[in-house]
Amino acid sequence: MSAEGEAVPEVRVVLPQHLRALAGIGAANEVTLEVAAPVTVRRVLDALEARYPTLGGTIREYGTGQRRAFMRFFACEEDWSHESMDAELPAVVAEGKEPLLIIGAIAGG
Amino acid sequence: MSKVRVLVGTKKGAFILSADGKRDKWDVSGPFFAGWEIYHLKGSPVDPNRLYASQSTSWSGQVIQRSDDGGITWAAVGNKFAYDGVPGTHQWYDGTPHPWEFKRVWHLETSLSEPDTVYAGVEDAALFKSTDGGATWNELAGLRGHGSGPHWQPGAGGMCLHTVILDPSNAGRIYVAISAAGAFRTDDAGKSWKPINKGLVSSFMPDPTAEVGHCVHHVAMHKERPGVLFMQKHWDVMRSDNAGDSWHEVSGNLPTDFGFVIDVHAHEPETLYVVPIKSDSEHFVPDGKLRVYRSRTGGNEWEALTKGLPQKDCYVNVYRDAMAVDSLDECGIYFGTSGGQVYASSDAGDSWTAIVRDLPTVLSIEVQTLA
Repeated sequence: MSAEGEAVPEVRVVLPQHLRALAGIGAANEVTLEVAAPVTVRRVLDALEARYPTLGGTIREYGTGQRRAFMRFFACEEDWSHESMDAELPAVVAEGKEPLLIIGAIAGG
Repeated sequence: MSKVRVLVGTKKGAFILSADGKRDKWDVSGPFFAGWEIYHLKGSPVDPNRLYASQSTSWSGQVIQRSDDGGITWAAVGNKFAYDGVPGTHQWYDGTPHPWEFKRVWHLETSLSEPDTVYAGVEDAALFKSTDGGATWNELAGLRGHGSGPHWQPGAGGMCLHTVILDPSNAGRIYVAISAAGAFRTDDAGKSWKPINKGLVSSFMPDPTAEVGHCVHHVAMHKERPGVLFMQKHWDVMRSDNAGDSWHEVSGNLPTDFGFVIDVHAHEPETLYVVPIKSDSEHFVPDGKLRVYRSRTGGNEWEALTKGLPQKDCYVNVYRDAMAVDSLDECGIYFGTSGGQVYASSDAGDSWTAIVRDLPTVLSIEVQTLA
């Protein structure tokens, strides 16, 4: 619920397996988070790290707050990795109809 | 009866190998943190159930894990490693200035007196300290700030601070080693540092005897003789009898003096172990033979130890933090290979057996001798 008592849609976030394991999320493929509008990547990550503090520094760098080089963001089949973290995500993501995908780049290893 | 716990860091997780004092039957637990690179694990000598682990990937950066029950359960603690002030630049491989950037923790060194105090040697090279069990970390910035930092450069593995040695007889004295900058010492618990590289010769440098720039691979000390240090440099095995103020070469009759690991027998301060590696381009053992070399004379005179080790078609490496010793009456020696084997000797190196043969590439080995 928002401060005004209005229902806040839950944003769905899909995490890579290694971060689900680190955060102790278990087998669930995605997590849901309350994120106040406007829903942006930054606000989603703020909510994610508040819920799971062990994810601090694993998706975006401490200090600069920038996306780590090998992490990428996708939504609605589009690459959001290089958009501003303050750009508003599509409404279907804000409404929880589509997830925000946080993906480890395919870099071998 | 005494027990031994071997902490193994690999490229794809951590493993804990346990045995009683006979060291002939081993339990293997793990992988812990599967899929992550575990550069190092270390237990507290004050509270052996307190373990720390450095967990990282290029994707998701650095995590520090802590266990309070000997590695049965773990919890992530603080992973914020912020350099003190504006870190400036060091030399890149081509000699141009390159910004200092935190990449990972190579080595964790636990305090000799406080379980909650632990040091972290990191890449790009710096030394951090936590006094709250790993929750928060602060840089001992006097090392990086002592003046020569702009002349440090990365070795092939990165510009890493990989060795941290605490002097048990002098709480203010700490030794560190950096590839490729050299060895450094503080006598005031990390406030000020000085390079201790006199006597080192590195032909890849414009000035082979410069004060800094040497690619030191590892340094070892016997805890009851803390003024004597042994070093495996990129090339050359070196010895100092004056706490690093000067060094002299003790490579002697080694088949090659390139290598990474070096360690000292738990009860014999003049007994050393190295694993010679063919060269800095090939990074595997010479002649397809895995041989540990032992000196019982503090260097110069070396004997090959081969019993139980592969003597043909073997092309593994042994990384700088991948050898350790236990402190049982009959000193045990342990090392891990790039091929995933962990070898143990319960007779000071005379004979060897593989505890495990098929782990991921072994990055580090530590041993705890438990009552």
